[in-house]
Amino acid sequence: MRPLFAVVLAAATAIALAFLLLPVVAIFVRVPPGDLVGALGHDVTRDALLVSIKTSAIAHAAVLLVGTPAAYLLARRRFRGRGAVLTLIELPLVLPPAVAGIALFAAFGRMGLLGDELNAFGVQIPFTQAAVVLAVAFVESPFYFRGAIAAFEAVDGSLIDAARTLGAGPARVFARVALPLAAGGLAAASALALARGLGEFGATIIFAGNLQGVTQTMPLAIYAQFEQDFDTALAISALFIVVGALLLVTLKLYGWLRLGSIFRSRFAASTSS
Amino acid sequence: MAPLRLDLSLPLRSFDLELALEVGRETVALVGPSGAGKTSVLRAVAGLARPSRGTISCGDVWFDSARGVDRRPEQRSVGFVFQEYALFPHLSVQQNVTFGAGRSDGLLRRLRIEHLAGARPGELSGGERQRVALARALAREPRVLLLDEPMAALDPHTRGSVRGELHDLLRELGLPALLVTHDFEDAAALADRVGVLVEGRLRQLAPPAELLGSPADPFVAEFAGANVLSGLAEAGPDGLTRLRLEDGRAVYSTDAAHGRASLVVYPWDVSLARETPDDSALNHLPGEIVSLVPVGNRVRVRLPFLTAEITAASAERLGLRAGESVVASFKATQARLLVGAD
Repeated sequence: MRPLFAVVLAAATAIALAFLLLPVVAIFVRVPPGDLVGALGHDVTRDALLVSIKTSAIAHAAVLLVGTPAAYLLARRRFRGRGAVLTLIELPLVLPPAVAGIALFAAFGRMGLLGDELNAFGVQIPFTQAAVVLAVAFVESPFYFRGAIAAFEAVDGSLIDAARTLGAGPARVFARVALPLAAGGLAAASALALARGLGEFGATIIFAGNLQGVTQTMPLAIYAQFEQDFDTALAISALFIVVGALLLVTLKLYGWLRLGSIFRSRFAASTSS
Repeated sequence: MAPLRLDLSLPLRSFDLELALEVGRETVALVGPSGAGKTSVLRAVAGLARPSRGTISCGDVWFDSARGVDRRPEQRSVGFVFQEYALFPHLSVQQNVTFGAGRSDGLLRRLRIEHLAGARPGELSGGERQRVALARALAREPRVLLLDEPMAALDPHTRGSVRGELHDLLRELGLPALLVTHDFEDAAALADRVGVLVEGRLRQLAPPAELLGSPADPFVAEFAGANVLSGLAEAGPDGLTRLRLEDGRAVYSTDAAHGRASLVVYPWDVSLARETPDDSALNHLPGEIVSLVPVGNRVRVRLPFLTAEITAASAERLGLRAGESVVASFKATQARLLVGAD
């Protein structure tokens, strides 16, 4: 029985790996490295790259700036309805992106919930770059929230207590104890959210449209090029894979370096004493 | 130096803690089983837990439910040594100690951790961590020192020496210090007065010698490490009191008692022999050895009904092994009787 089971396990692993890797490998087989660089010179690719970088950067900065203190509060305070708040925050995770796009329309569109107020200020959001930013922030923020709340919850409460008895007010406790100790988890959550934001498609195409140089992000460019110029679509996809792999490797390397520094300092301590 | 005064009621999970206490320039230890509310007392003093009513003061009023005073932890002046020490793992020893105050040189020298200034807490031994925690707690020159199980995170063989150092430091500081431990030996070694806290109530507060000599009740005695034998007391021969144990055997004490009572005898007052000795002791109880546990140069020998503590040399001379029969003896003058049993 045992050898058979071992074979089953090995086969399942091989099938899963092949299934996940084959499409990725296929892209690089179809796109020679030279064409990849060449595709970056195309107007469509360059515009999409710039739109993606700009909108993702703004959306991500906003998510970090608002999400970090909010996650700290939700992680440390126990209050009535906390469970409900945590569940609501995760709702965008399970929504189809298209629904998110429609929901953003219903809120910020000309006829939307805040439509009159926005019109009064002469602000129009749908089909602008602001709409891309909102869509990206909307879909990526739950990823950051989840990770950031877990990271703050993992900080030993007695360290917070210790800081307070040492005279530190709430802001100093946050800056000098909670934030540095949660940094690893926050970075991981941030990378995950960033990757999700960069890949955002459904909500963007509904709420912001697909206008080259304005709202056409990289995923939208792939969709647009898919019918016109399959090779460009392939090249942009390849670029995505490279960026995604870099993000992943950076994360793993960061965790590995941290572990390494702990081991090194242990070793140094045991040899010096 | 202002004394720490507290008189408070604190709701805990299964009971309310009620405690009134004044700590002058001395160390007071609160001992008791886990869950007795000991740590909650320290947290209330530090402002990390909020009493439902009462007052806490040390020079200034820190908490007064009647007047609506409740200073935040950072506005009180406590040095808190947490259980497991709660050192900041991302900061060096020096940065840990100066977290609350600018200077640290004198303290690092005084606690002999100067050479560790650049090290991270993760690199330190238990004893070193304790000294860093003490230095950090003292850096802001607090009015009161709170210690939560300061010895619990140490391994048994460093415990003795660390306890001695901590004892000397507490004496030198002359600060009101409130210490919490589940270990009566630690409490007796470190504190001027020991309070036994059970289910949120102070059963007895007295110097360690007095707690051992005249425990208020069988629980206090047992917690202090005594053997407690329960039974029915009646007048015995020669003006002694005879206590009939549940198994029918009788033991004698010079104390007077009648009815349900507990006999208290400390392990170090119990001697062991192979055969019933012909000596002045009135109480001889034969039994089989359940276990032998060495404690430094002594051995704790557990019999089914009581525990004896004898020197390691004596244990070796008698050649004691688990399962063998011995006779435990103690004098009627060393047996205290407490009326009322658990």
